[in-house]
Amino acid sequence: MSETSIKHTLDPNKWIDNYADYLYNYAVTRVNDNEIAKDLVQETFFAGLKSAKNFQGKAAERTWLVAILKRKIIDHYRKINSKKGKAEVRMSFYEDGDNEGSWIEERVPQTWDNDADKYIESEELKAIIDQCIDYLPEKYAMVFRMKTIQEFETEEICKELNITASNLWVIIHRARTQLRKCMEDNWFNN
Amino acid sequence: MMSRKFIINCDEATTICDKSQYGEVSFWGIIKLKFHFIFCKICGKYSAQNSKMTKVYKMKANDCKKVNHCLTTTEKDHIKKELQEQEA
Repeated sequence: MSETSIKHTLDPNKWIDNYADYLYNYAVTRVNDNEIAKDLVQETFFAGLKSAKNFQGKAAERTWLVAILKRKIIDHYRKINSKKGKAEVRMSFYEDGDNEGSWIEERVPQTWDNDADKYIESEELKAIIDQCIDYLPEKYAMVFRMKTIQEFETEEICKELNITASNLWVIIHRARTQLRKCMEDNWFNN
Repeated sequence: MMSRKFIINCDEATTICDKSQYGEVSFWGIIKLKFHFIFCKICGKYSAQNSKMTKVYKMKANDCKKVNHCLTTTEKDHIKKELQEQEA
């Protein structure tokens, strides 16, 4: 029997035991917050239950639930993106005028203390990276984490977050220049 | 002029430099970047520091891969209860 002819069914009574951990792990690696991830998983099950009557059996149960979770993550991502008072990205380059594209003087990379290299594997350094990532706007932090820490493919991130590859690289570039400066101020030259 | 094709500003150079950290730069991108480094020591410094940062991020990525996030039994029971209430 070919794969396409299999008709999948739903069994909501087994969802939690079979898929809660998988969905939670999936969510937490994307939103980087245990509580939000937990809420998203719960909302996914609720939404699944609500739309169970529309399930056509074409996809496996887990695939179908993951698709719902992905929508929930995108909704969350849109919500945080529209919130006022979000963190700002500080530009490192002039955006117009004769100096367009050149380094802004105060953001020019400084020489780092060589000694800082010795402690590159320390727990303190890892904690500072987390803090610096948290200073980024959530959208930037999310894209940066997915690409750099979770090591997702560019195409996958763009598809999930509904952004273009060039949007992604602008975000990565701005995130990395901001993180470099943050690490310079708080670690390498501290 | 032929050389104008290779001239990029610092913003563009560092963008290419960032992409290169993920191995996603074209051959021409690398040529343009190397050409820019000849005249711009600041971006050369950025590039060296960027490689160091990548090393740190990779270490962080390896740490994260070791962690498998799971819900506790209590949390699962709570969701089960909520789900049952929704079903009723």
